[in-house]
Amino acid sequence: MFSAGDLRKGLKIEIEGHPYVITEYTFTKPGKGQSIYTCRIKSMITGQTHMKQYRSNDKINKPQLEQKELIYSYKDGDMFVFMDDNYEQIMLDESTIGDARFFLKEDIEVEVLFHNDKAIGVELPIFVEREITHTEPGARGNTATNVLKPATVAGGYELNVPIFINEGDMIKIDTRTGEYSERVR
Amino acid sequence: MQHIYPEILQIRSNTLQAIRGFFLSRNFVEVETPVRLPAPALEEFIDAIPADDWYLRTSPELHMKRLLVAGMSRIFQMGACFRQGERGHLHNSEFTLLEWYRTNADYQTILADTKELIRHVAAEVLGSTTISFGEITIDLNLPWLCIPVKQAFQKYAGWNPIENFDADRFDLDLINKVEPGLPKNRGVVLIDYPVEAAALSRRSADDPEVAERWELYMGGMELSNAFSELTDAQEQRQRFEECAAKRAKAGSEVYPIDRPFLAALEQGMPPSGGIALGVDRLIMLLANVQNIQEVRPFADG
Repeated sequence: MFSAGDLRKGLKIEIEGHPYVITEYTFTKPGKGQSIYTCRIKSMITGQTHMKQYRSNDKINKPQLEQKELIYSYKDGDMFVFMDDNYEQIMLDESTIGDARFFLKEDIEVEVLFHNDKAIGVELPIFVEREITHTEPGARGNTATNVLKPATVAGGYELNVPIFINEGDMIKIDTRTGEYSERVR
Repeated sequence: MQHIYPEILQIRSNTLQAIRGFFLSRNFVEVETPVRLPAPALEEFIDAIPADDWYLRTSPELHMKRLLVAGMSRIFQMGACFRQGERGHLHNSEFTLLEWYRTNADYQTILADTKELIRHVAAEVLGSTTISFGEITIDLNLPWLCIPVKQAFQKYAGWNPIENFDADRFDLDLINKVEPGLPKNRGVVLIDYPVEAAALSRRSADDPEVAERWELYMGGMELSNAFSELTDAQEQRQRFEECAAKRAKAGSEVYPIDRPFLAALEQGMPPSGGIALGVDRLIMLLANVQNIQEVRPFADG
């Protein structure tokens, strides 16, 4: 259990069995009154945010969270199959994987967050490399990085890339934003 | 990362000098009372920081009242006070409190002092009677607005806390509904609190359901808390005991009752008015900054 005094930005708490992270936090205390902790909390499952206030004597549940490193193996129907350190198979569905599904590739190592032993989120390496499978040719000699054009990478993910990128190039993608980062030599 | 702002520290120094000048020119005596003490004032929601077997003071109130019993009539003190777990943009666990007390006075006398003090300090420090505070301009030439707590709650929160006091609802509505509604372009005083929130103030002779206590807001920020002081030893003892019981029930540490203070009240304290004013917050107004850490070098962070 946390007490209200433990609340701070970034703390992970549990309300009615649901894990949240505190994204904003304000301490107020009216003269002679009790401390009031006003928090914006973000669901670690849906990403939705709302406001929540606590008073000095409130107790707050601590979520049981565990982070595991898993290796992605293959896709089996709608399920994504991962392997842990003990070569145990762990199956996650598409809604748990979210946008990370675009960047999964065999043998990639991911961090999976479990809440009460149920996977709730997948964290990829910050950068993944992908081959460009389709893009229109850019103007010859144009090395500008601020002019972008659409492209598709292996696996079907679409993004904008600089004009000098060609089909067959390897690029780095920032998985936090899903955006182009740089060309790999 | 701790930031030091030399220009704000200059304003801080000017403010401290202006406050001292104000009181000295009005024949107040500057006093210093113990910072480490065996029995911090028992209040339901104020926690003291332990120091050896004793505690750091949360306010100099009880010792200053003993000076009144000992025959002093106008006293002030500015110094560090400490409150456990208070940290936010308006709170630092160590902070500078100004308290002053007058005998043969009440909370109205103190209100008149406060108006003069704020005008004096602004004139000395800013050379002006307007204060820019973020997007707010506070005009010290406008008369302060005195709103009874009952009216403020009826207007902004839709209920009467004097009739039906509810401590939890009172604090939440004060923060969420009443304070945001208060005008910010002038001093605003919430006055005549429910007796349940009287702290160390006396009951009003006209209405025993209210206590003679007020809180000053400047630019929407709570700046000070004033009382017609409770001088009745028996009622004071009873309030301490009730407070100790509430703290015990909430699982908070229960501090010993300050017996020498009660003994002084039994000896007879003249009718008095007193106030605590947050000096750091006053400096925030004058320096036009929104975070207490910016006006205190080496703050909690």
